[in-house]
Amino acid sequence: MIAELGHFALILAFVLALVQGSLPLAGAYRQGQGRDDGGWIALAGPAALGQFVFITLAFAALMTLFVSSDFSVMVVTANANSQLPLIYKISALWGNHEGSMVLWVTILALFGLCVALFGSNLPAAFRARVLGVQGLISAGFLFFMLLTSNPFARLVSAPADGRDLNPLLQDPGLAFHPPFLYAGYVGFSMAFSFAIAALIEGRVDAAWARWVRPWTLAAWCALTLGVAMGSWWAYYELGWGGFWFWDPVENVSLIPWLVGTALLHSAIVVEKRDALKSWTVLLAILTFSFSLIGTFLVRSGVLTSVHTFATDPARGVFILVLLVAVIGGSLVLYAVRAPTLTGGGLFAPVSREGTLLLNNLLMTAAAATVLLGTLYPLFLDAVGGPKVSVGPPFFHATFLPLMAPMVVVMAVGPFLSWKRSDLAGTFPKLYAALGLAVLVALAAWYFHRGGPVLAVVALFAAAWLLFATLAELVDRLELFRTSWRDSLERARKLPRAAYGMTLAHAGLALVIAGATGASLWREEHIQSSFPGDAVEVGGYEVILESVRQKEGPNYLADQGQFMVLRGGRQVALLEPEKRVYSVTAMPTTEAAIHTTGRGDLYVVLGDQAEDNSGAWTTRLFFTPLVVWMWIGALVMVAGGLLSLSDRRLRVGTPRRSKVQDSGKEEAA
Amino acid sequence: MNLKFLLPVAIFAAIALAFAVGLTLDAQRLPSVLIDKLAPQFELPPIAAIDDGEDSGEDTGKPYGGGLSSRNLVGRVTLVNIFASWCVPCRVEHPQLMSLSRDHGITIFGINQKDTPQDARAWLARHDDPYRAIGADSTGRVSIDWGVYGVPETFVMDATGRIRYRHVGPIMPRDVTRTLLPLIAELGS
Repeated sequence: MIAELGHFALILAFVLALVQGSLPLAGAYRQGQGRDDGGWIALAGPAALGQFVFITLAFAALMTLFVSSDFSVMVVTANANSQLPLIYKISALWGNHEGSMVLWVTILALFGLCVALFGSNLPAAFRARVLGVQGLISAGFLFFMLLTSNPFARLVSAPADGRDLNPLLQDPGLAFHPPFLYAGYVGFSMAFSFAIAALIEGRVDAAWARWVRPWTLAAWCALTLGVAMGSWWAYYELGWGGFWFWDPVENVSLIPWLVGTALLHSAIVVEKRDALKSWTVLLAILTFSFSLIGTFLVRSGVLTSVHTFATDPARGVFILVLLVAVIGGSLVLYAVRAPTLTGGGLFAPVSREGTLLLNNLLMTAAAATVLLGTLYPLFLDAVGGPKVSVGPPFFHATFLPLMAPMVVVMAVGPFLSWKRSDLAGTFPKLYAALGLAVLVALAAWYFHRGGPVLAVVALFAAAWLLFATLAELVDRLELFRTSWRDSLERARKLPRAAYGMTLAHAGLALVIAGATGASLWREEHIQSSFPGDAVEVGGYEVILESVRQKEGPNYLADQGQFMVLRGGRQVALLEPEKRVYSVTAMPTTEAAIHTTGRGDLYVVLGDQAEDNSGAWTTRLFFTPLVVWMWIGALVMVAGGLLSLSDRRLRVGTPRRSKVQDSGKEEAA
Repeated sequence: MNLKFLLPVAIFAAIALAFAVGLTLDAQRLPSVLIDKLAPQFELPPIAAIDDGEDSGEDTGKPYGGGLSSRNLVGRVTLVNIFASWCVPCRVEHPQLMSLSRDHGITIFGINQKDTPQDARAWLARHDDPYRAIGADSTGRVSIDWGVYGVPETFVMDATGRIRYRHVGPIMPRDVTRTLLPLIAELGS
């Protein structure tokens, strides 16, 4: 009964999406022609509200089915089990193709509702167009679900119990990774809808950029968190000690992040200087296009990956048609309309706009590189070439060289003024940062003599970015140049967006430092240990005390007890596990990690020796600085949120008028 | 119209075309680099006898002293099938192998990968034995020489002992009628 209600709610939502995707757009067109719109424009809001209600109903229905373990429903049987802890019964909803689609449209409907409720400062016709485009996207997705991926399909005969959730997904880190990732992907649909609406109207101006930015910023924060959580999960759950494997699934989430970051920055130029309009619109389209590709590529059967949902060729064709309609259609519209978007402000190469543009080019080039590496095997296969896979060496050789100039520009850019600036006047402000960065590089070289040179270079870059970012804040507050009271007053008046930028840039510096330490200075020891054996790793002495049997709620495990000593004193007891889940008979490793700011001690229990001698394979890693990567990601998100709370975006009605160029005082 | 604004949609068209071609490709198609080459040299022992007093390891009903070597592959069109008792898809393809061996009189050699003698024997006893001879590749070393990607895999060998076709994954009934039988007939003529 609940399943049928859910299914029915999805169908109703689809019908409402069709209404939302057609009449308001037609109404806005008629109004543009000077005719009466027949009240069609006013339909957009209520349709969005209705869609939200019905999709939420469907979501709640599916959640109920999962929580109550209704095994007459196919997705529940295939992905859950009555023994699952409650949190994983909930997260099992989006741990599969059909359910994750439900989550996707739920988030989309939520964003639509937000525009309907909080978009009162948008002109009515523009708002109708934005919601209309959202309605079309939603209709496409709901149609796809209803035809090929019905989450409410029943089984003819219900089994006694379910086949259980993939054990790798039974993890708190992954439970909340998809919602954030999807909130990011779907959030970019707002920028997309705003871009399409602007293209239809043929008008992009500062007010437009001001409307787009908060949505993009919110989506960016969610996506940053989502990508970071995915990486964190891979780090501690897969048991390899790595954090990024350049797997297609990871790459397709990185691409929208890179393009979305570019969009955030180019929207600033549109807002402040009325320039880079068609470029920004293109970025808005591309960001969402890559989000769509990210959602779909790995489940269409086009690309195969180590962590793909089940693929189905029938879905693949539908997905391709959907992608061509949304992406192809919007790019054609762009080709027709973009030439009419004439730019306003001119600027010299050395200026704030210049560095933002350079940032844009580097970001999109990096995204294109990742895209090329991800799709290259497919292209080669399509022209009848051999099957290949593109691995980390390609990405390291192409992605990193693009990031290096990016860091240089990121450090200098915020110091420059709009329109025209001079480097000679800026450099003295950076001497301190440069000096400190050199000191850090020297220290890195000294403590890791014989280590890779790249690590020293990368740490120098991270330190340079961090100190230059802080120096910019110091410069703005005129610390040390004026009285403390004056600086405090300036600190109070500084817009939150400025602090947001400082945090986000500093966060990236931390991410770079963490990634460098974790990938280039990693120590790895694999050995066969008897209880009582000690291993030296990363300045710790690790002793395998014993291995015990342990019984979890839905698994059996061997649990190792490792005593960790530093300077002869015990600092931790680590208990890694090797689990076998009873339903799927699938083994997983649960690494145990001792985290400090200096680095992570990472312990994995392997197999017992086959000769029954009592020896165990153990793998010990020391990954320096890795915790700073996750902290850095959180700092970036905090920066985004702080910027989102800026007064400028919170209150005040953006009007379609030329915004005053407020110069350097306004935040970047 | 300014052509540079058409560039994004042109690039996307190329990508979409590649997607479309990618959809029609069979993910299972993993061509072997060994096609038309002689099979790698190998010498494998038979599945070891189980020392339980009753079955003393004699009379496995197999020629060649019970093992399998690359020399045995010459002389007629044969199939070489990599299998294991722990492999679930092997169960799926087993009826097809039985039919190929029994109804079509095709010689099938088995390479039993990373298995224990007990398990392998019990498996063959339970499901019946389509193999003319079986080599026990307990370490998986020989399978690596063959470029085996996973179990099961099947190679079609011509009479000169060259690999002519590689099938990855379980052999389904339609693979027998569409691919294997026509190919074997062609190679045999």
